[in-house]
Amino acid sequence: MPPHADSSPTQVPARDPDRPRDMISFDGVSKSWGENKVLRSLNFEVGAGEKVSIIGPSGSGKTTILRILMTLETPDQGLVTVNGGTLWDVKSGTKPKETKQTIAARRNVGMVFQQFNLFPHMTTLQNVIEAPVHVLKMDKEEATARAVDLLEMVGLSKHLSHKPPQLSGGQQQRVAIARALAMRPKVMLFDEPTSALDPELIGEVLGVIRELAHSTDMTMLMVTHEMRFAEEISDRVVMFDSGVVVEQGAPSEIFKNPTHERTRKFLRAVLER
Amino acid sequence: MTWDNSYALSILPDLFSGLWVTIQVTLAGILIALVVGLVVAVIRYSRIPLVSNIFGFYVQFIRGTPLLVQAYIAFFVLPSYGLSFSALATGIVVIGLNYSAYTAEVYRSGIADVDTGQWEAATALSLPLGRTWTRIVLPQALRSVVPLLGNYLIQMFKDSAVLFAITVYELMGHALALGSSSYRYLEPLTIAGLLFFLVSYPSSHLVRILERRLAPSR
Repeated sequence: MPPHADSSPTQVPARDPDRPRDMISFDGVSKSWGENKVLRSLNFEVGAGEKVSIIGPSGSGKTTILRILMTLETPDQGLVTVNGGTLWDVKSGTKPKETKQTIAARRNVGMVFQQFNLFPHMTTLQNVIEAPVHVLKMDKEEATARAVDLLEMVGLSKHLSHKPPQLSGGQQQRVAIARALAMRPKVMLFDEPTSALDPELIGEVLGVIRELAHSTDMTMLMVTHEMRFAEEISDRVVMFDSGVVVEQGAPSEIFKNPTHERTRKFLRAVLER
Repeated sequence: MTWDNSYALSILPDLFSGLWVTIQVTLAGILIALVVGLVVAVIRYSRIPLVSNIFGFYVQFIRGTPLLVQAYIAFFVLPSYGLSFSALATGIVVIGLNYSAYTAEVYRSGIADVDTGQWEAATALSLPLGRTWTRIVLPQALRSVVPLLGNYLIQMFKDSAVLFAITVYELMGHALALGSSSYRYLEPLTIAGLLFFLVSYPSSHLVRILERRLAPSR
């Protein structure tokens, strides 16, 4: 299979030509758990500033894409780059190694988890300033001021000194978004950010993500089951199944005129819920 | 043999000074156990090739041999290899290292209980490994194991009586010395037992209170 066989540049909205072509690229990336091949020689790119949603059935490898980008998992083989830096370069049959390049490339990436993963023993404010102060070596006052701004943006400026167990799921997830943003990532990954939430709390989290999608030039890559939301905020929707990209394109095409039977079946199943 | 009140009163100061040594041994010993146990647990958890295995063997070896044997070896055998210390210092180190094998296991269970999502969030924020341990993982791991460590403190307080065997002159040592010099064992041993109980019983209540305080809201 030639590299970049899956990319369909015609379906991607026009971008500023001065920007680098790809913020994220997967080149021949494979990953299996025992016999289960979750990624099969995946070729996949995301342009700088692009908002991409990955949809597909559970266990199809969607989340693995994000986890490899966050270095929470290692590919068995293939090349992964972020912002031009090599995150993973694994030859077939060799053991993946986290190098200085990996760590440097990872700095571009932030992630919002399905289970929030806030630090429960720290206040909201401490959660948000921990990494800016100790990783970016930001002055504590400056970090605090920025954290307050971010928490205000997500509507939680009144909860600075609360600890996560005192907050609702929706509030926790909004703190988690602020915490990730505090590191000024170029790429934000959202791993089913509303799947663990009570239905009435989903809206407030989607509202924050929507605002980010519209108001920033961050690259956003989201795994979600919220189809209407994916349609609304994405530049491109990727249908993923059994370790491969089934089809991808502008949301209107994927949702209104899917060309693949597999996509049609999947959409029928999830939209009829 | 009947209880002799005036004799019992006369030996109290001596027994109290023994109790004071026991408390000192326990406090110094638990300090060693808490620090060494933590280091052992973190190294074992970090899966450093060979090093983690060596510390794993350390834990198994210490847990698999009696404290009394360890104390004898440290006090009677090691000096012939040029390692000679006072009975008190030897006793403190032996009981401290002995308990470090147990505290290491306690810490390990606490560390394993910390949600993997916490490690992942730390990675996602690029927090360095040391910072992840000290700020994220250990504070959460320790919270849940403080009561267990408290129980080991009480157990060590009682176990330190074994060190009398290597001539550490603690509460038990004082009681037996009084007994052999007066040929009256009833009073010194009874009072020694009572003193152990009077310290350990309220302590175990404190541990239970601590347990209740630390248990909820995680």
